[in-house]
Amino acid sequence: MSTPFLHARLDVPGRLHATVTADAGDVVAVVGPNGAGKTTLVRCLAGLLPDSGELTVDGRSWSTPHALPRDRRVGHVVQGRDLFPHLSARENVAFGLRARGVDRRTARARATTELERLGVGALADRRPHQLSGGQAQRVAIARALVTEPRLLLLDEPFTGLDVGVAATLRVELARHLASYDGVVVLVTHDAVDALTLGTRMVVLEDGRVAQTGTPTEVAARPRTDHVARLVGLNLVAAADGAGLLAFRPSAVTLSPTEPSGSARLRWAGQVSQLTPYGDGVRVGVRTSTGQDLIADVTAAAVAELLLQPGTPVWASTKETAVVRYPVDA
Amino acid sequence: MTARSPLGRAPALLWVPALVAVVFLVVPLVALVVATPWASFIDDLRTPEVRAALWLSLRTSLATVVACALVGTPLAWVLARVEFRGRGLVRALVTVPLVLPPVVAGVALLAALGRSGLLGAPLRDATGLTLPYTTAAVVLAHTFVALPFYVISVEGALRSAGEAFDEAAAVLGATRWHTFRRVTLPLALPGVVAGGVLAWARSLGEFGATVTFAGNYPGTTQTMPSRIYAVYLDDPAAARTLAMILLLASVGVLLLLRNRWLTPGAAA
Repeated sequence: MSTPFLHARLDVPGRLHATVTADAGDVVAVVGPNGAGKTTLVRCLAGLLPDSGELTVDGRSWSTPHALPRDRRVGHVVQGRDLFPHLSARENVAFGLRARGVDRRTARARATTELERLGVGALADRRPHQLSGGQAQRVAIARALVTEPRLLLLDEPFTGLDVGVAATLRVELARHLASYDGVVVLVTHDAVDALTLGTRMVVLEDGRVAQTGTPTEVAARPRTDHVARLVGLNLVAAADGAGLLAFRPSAVTLSPTEPSGSARLRWAGQVSQLTPYGDGVRVGVRTSTGQDLIADVTAAAVAELLLQPGTPVWASTKETAVVRYPVDA
Repeated sequence: MTARSPLGRAPALLWVPALVAVVFLVVPLVALVVATPWASFIDDLRTPEVRAALWLSLRTSLATVVACALVGTPLAWVLARVEFRGRGLVRALVTVPLVLPPVVAGVALLAALGRSGLLGAPLRDATGLTLPYTTAAVVLAHTFVALPFYVISVEGALRSAGEAFDEAAAVLGATRWHTFRRVTLPLALPGVVAGGVLAWARSLGEFGATVTFAGNYPGTTQTMPSRIYAVYLDDPAAARTLAMILLLASVGVLLLLRNRWLTPGAAA
């Protein structure tokens, strides 16, 4: 059995105990609630946070002996702006090459080429404060890619961008990542990022890996509430304790009284919130057992049932609409 | 005169003492301007003693700024970026000269670097050099009192620039020295400049430590403030001329720093 391109067993006491592996060309989407350890994981991989684990990338150990960030071949794009404010876009991109001993002229030429590749060649002489959020993020990605990292860390690269800008950048990034032969670790809050860009998904919760798999697998059979909410599924524990049940909000029916029919799963509860969703309304229901469910219903149904926060309702769904799977398959 | 505040009039109990404070601060300066013998101002400047004092003050204050930059910048970086045991203690010790009476600083410098001082005696035995009452002693005294201002200003700038850029540089492959030169220092430059101007102003006005440690010899250790002190009893007019020059220099410093300190909320 050959060693994977990326093998990381990261250990930060009290914060992170996670094993992540990936093959060359993989895009590992890391998702999880705030405080789950996503940024800690990225910072460990970059060498910015000390950890007592093992880390092998492309056949080289970065953990024994511990490699300094500058000796790792890592590209790091963080949420927010960390372009050097006193340097132009071109100088920012050339920085990593200059730091590694590339001569000035070559560094400038390669920086210019990389900026052009990311569609911001015309902005090469601008300072970061003269760039929009999307432009700055493209420069940051160029700065990370130009050093030809073996590991590319993208920590919420679309956070803080306008929706349209984020969507465009996501499409472009997918194209650039397709030709990238290292491993990408993509931290994201957005199920769309994970599903469109990821080839693997790692779900972190409380500093531990709660689930791994392809994004499609994880999205179809989420094992944590967080991922279920990300992909818009209801997730409940089976009444007999044997496994988890996932079902779509559109498969949930709301009724004022207990629905009849044995082939239905049902919960008594109260409406917790109502938000417009597509043509209809997304209704949050908190069950008497403390479970949060969502149901997508028509505006007509909301009017007919006189739904408002606090209204008692029964939520039910057909057995046939439910995917049932074991907790730890 | 003032825009009416929606909260009502400013109470007399506050604005009257405020007026007193302003008058107290401004009147002596106005008096100095009025009392300066402007007719002979240029001639007073041309006397050899005044020119010597001016020239010495200029040289020693600039040398002080250079000395502060050479050792103060690294110290500020270490205090801002390196975690070590006793960092708080070092910072406290470094800031002592801020509150130390300058005469005490002069006495302390003599104890350390005087002919028979802790370091001065071995230095004299080894090389035959003695520091007190030399121009070098003036620079040492000035650096001793000015360095804390410089270090505090630069450390503040380094801290507010944050470590995120240092980390970005490290991941991009830069050594710490490369990062310091290309990222950390350029980003802290406003603080470095402010610290340099502060140190320069402090040096220009230094008197107590200088006369104690370096003496008051025209040409070698007599700076502007020392000259003012030396001539005041005999020739108050000349003293006012000299004082006026220092006042102008101080106002110049204030103008240089106005963007940092005279704009509310812009302070580092």
